Amino acid sequence: MRKLIFIFIVIVALASCSEEVIVNSETKIIETGINPNEWVEIPAGTFYYNMHSHEESIKNNYEIMITDVTNKQYAKFMNEAVKKGTIKIDADSIIGYHPGDEFNEYLHEWEIPAGDYLLMPFGEAGSHIKLLDGTFKVDKGYDMHPVVMITWFGAKAYADFYGYRLPTEKEWAKAARGTDKRAYPWGDFINEKITNYGSSTNALQRLFGGNIARTTPVGYFNGKKYDDFQTEDNKSPYGLYDMGGNVWQWVGDDYPDVHYRYMRGGSFTNYEYNIVVWARNSAGPDFYNINIGFRCARDVKTIKQAEETIDTDTLNLETNKIKTIE
Amino acid sequence: MNRFNYLFSSTKGLILTAISLVAIVTGIFNTLSGPMVEWGIRDITVSLLGMDLNPTERAGRIIMLYHTIAMAVVAIEVYMMTSIIPMRKHEQRNINMLITIGYITAMIFGLGFAYWGHNFTFHGLFLVGQSLVFFSGIMLAVAVNPWKKEYYVTDKEFAHFKSGMDMERMAFFIMIVAMLISAGFGAVTGSFWANGHETFLAEDLIREPHKTGLQKAIIGHLHIMLTLIAVAVTLVIGRWLKFKGIFHKIAMPVMIIGTIVIAGGVWSVVWTHMAHTFIYIGSVGVMLSALMLVIFSWKKLIHDNSIELGYKKANIFQKFRALIHDPIKFGPTWQMVFMNFTVSGIGIFMAIKLEQIFRVWPAREERITLTGHWHILSAIIATIIIMYYVDIAGLKGKARKWFGWILIIGSDIAFASMTIYSMKRLIIPEEVAQQGLMNTTMLLADFGLGALLITMAIFLGWKLFDLFKGDGVWKKEAKNPELEVERTSNPVLNIRKENEFNTEGGEK
Repeated sequence: MRKLIFIFIVIVALASCSEEVIVNSETKIIETGINPNEWVEIPAGTFYYNMHSHEESIKNNYEIMITDVTNKQYAKFMNEAVKKGTIKIDADSIIGYHPGDEFNEYLHEWEIPAGDYLLMPFGEAGSHIKLLDGTFKVDKGYDMHPVVMITWFGAKAYADFYGYRLPTEKEWAKAARGTDKRAYPWGDFINEKITNYGSSTNALQRLFGGNIARTTPVGYFNGKKYDDFQTEDNKSPYGLYDMGGNVWQWVGDDYPDVHYRYMRGGSFTNYEYNIVVWARNSAGPDFYNINIGFRCARDVKTIKQAEETIDTDTLNLETNKIKTIE
Repeated sequence: MNRFNYLFSSTKGLILTAISLVAIVTGIFNTLSGPMVEWGIRDITVSLLGMDLNPTERAGRIIMLYHTIAMAVVAIEVYMMTSIIPMRKHEQRNINMLITIGYITAMIFGLGFAYWGHNFTFHGLFLVGQSLVFFSGIMLAVAVNPWKKEYYVTDKEFAHFKSGMDMERMAFFIMIVAMLISAGFGAVTGSFWANGHETFLAEDLIREPHKTGLQKAIIGHLHIMLTLIAVAVTLVIGRWLKFKGIFHKIAMPVMIIGTIVIAGGVWSVVWTHMAHTFIYIGSVGVMLSALMLVIFSWKKLIHDNSIELGYKKANIFQKFRALIHDPIKFGPTWQMVFMNFTVSGIGIFMAIKLEQIFRVWPAREERITLTGHWHILSAIIATIIIMYYVDIAGLKGKARKWFGWILIIGSDIAFASMTIYSMKRLIIPEEVAQQGLMNTTMLLADFGLGALLITMAIFLGWKLFDLFKGDGVWKKEAKNPELEVERTSNPVLNIRKENEFNTEGGEK
């Protein structure tokens, strides 16, 4: 019996020695060939929504980014928005104004009154955007990785600043699934070569090194070969990348009586049942994490209106350009 | 008696059959998720067995999988009950026969439907199997009817009403009736959604602000079924550990009241939010009853084992040694105590801190904690059943001690690790810093469960090997098929009719 107890103690001791993950402040630069400034137009019409594939409809065409917003894009936004005074630096955080959510005093309902809310902490482990000499800069090699450690307020602030919006759950789902009943954005199968999810850990640690928080550059899985790692193309039917895996994506809906904000798409920490197109996550709008990012949508009508005013308003020209946000 | 009769008609053989089938199902289906995917083992299982794992049907598959396992576990408890609760032999035989056909039919055709294409004949047979299990439950309730005078207590050391009615029998009866009604809760809601085959997992509803009555009924169904399985195992274990005297007299009334209140509370969840208050009150009754059993059995273990170890006037250390002398008998009640840290405690803590802590976390993490705590409860119940079966199987000497301690330590390390894993954000709020804790807890959980499963496999391997022997242990078990317990009543003594009751096997 003493032997048994000894064996257990040894196992516990060995297990306790397991390595802590260090989040690298730099990683190797990878060229994926995918341009995160591109958008695609999703046509209005019916599609199959969620696990039970109920028929749903979207009335108007809309555009959505082909990748998640990158660190580089978000750092640029913060530099511009701080300069314009739409967001503020508060100690080690970026904060911004939110007009509040309608409050019905429903059971377990959170009250979110008007006020300044956290958009993103900077300098916290897991964040790859740092404030250096009054300018937001991205850690080396992380420019093209999806921005993470971003609250729902932070995602919305970005979208609002450029005249975009966060996609609704339905818009997100149609963009991910197209008009058939597939389980994943690229089809009905999943493996470590087609997306960054819980079961890709071994493959990606071999490529990127062991001690990393493991986002991959946006559009990484596009059929390209990196060293000896041949990826498969994870494009959705409309050509969007990373709609399953890499990072969860905030969506825009605020449902009455609850006020959680919802996320779609699964992330690198999740197993396959969270990567399916109907998987849904939620958290408070001020929650941030190393595996949560976002992408934006915009109305086609808005874009056309912007085109018409392009000659007379240089600011609009800057912020509403089709096919580019840089 | 041949091997077939032993395995499919004797109490001990029936329990062995059900445990073996659960072990086989668990062994195979365990390879379909978690790290098994990354290691490529799932692909091997799927291609070897020709499974069809359509992602859209995952929820439905899981529902059928745990229903089939639950049916077998209920069957094991029923076999134990029909042996330890005095009843007529023909009642015992009919109940056991019906539930055996029921759970095996449900298991084979349920899994066949879920994992190997959708042959709706299979689905129908899955429902037939479950219905047979339900009907055997009705027959069990009739057989256990505590108002029959021949089953009034014959030993006043057992809890009883003034009339002599057996309170433990009443507790069994209430639990069985509550389980039948609760099964109906699931059947009605299941039929509603099966109409369009819109399967979903209850844990995916946690943050829905407006749940329908049927959704609430599903959530109630799964909670109360597991609770009642735990109540049943507590009552069964009490009989095995010779529960009687003052602690028994306190435990049984509170168990009866607790079971009624908790079941009523769960059913009322469909109509009122006050349901949770009833559930908490009922839980206190059930847990207090279990506490009485723990105190009684630990006192008894210390007393009996001190004599065996030759301690005349045991000091505190000797008492402790006496308490843990036989892990197989100490284990079940220890697991009940341990459960408070990994199941009840977590559940209560979550309920109290729901809005401040858990609803702030991502839903997927709240979901892990929720699914974790009932997986652990199920597994704890399984370890208790296994320990009782190991005693029934007559495991002795060093093998008994090794088996018992590996089961206790292995499972507790695994369950504690999984509890810490699921609550990791409480300990380390920043996810980037959690990896070390996650690695450690996962490794410990894998190690604990691995040790437990290997030990279990060795044990079942021994039982299988024994079946090939002409004069193996199985033959002795077949000759003496009833569980050896001290029963609360002796109907032969009450109505002086022999050769009719199941009480003629084992110690009276």
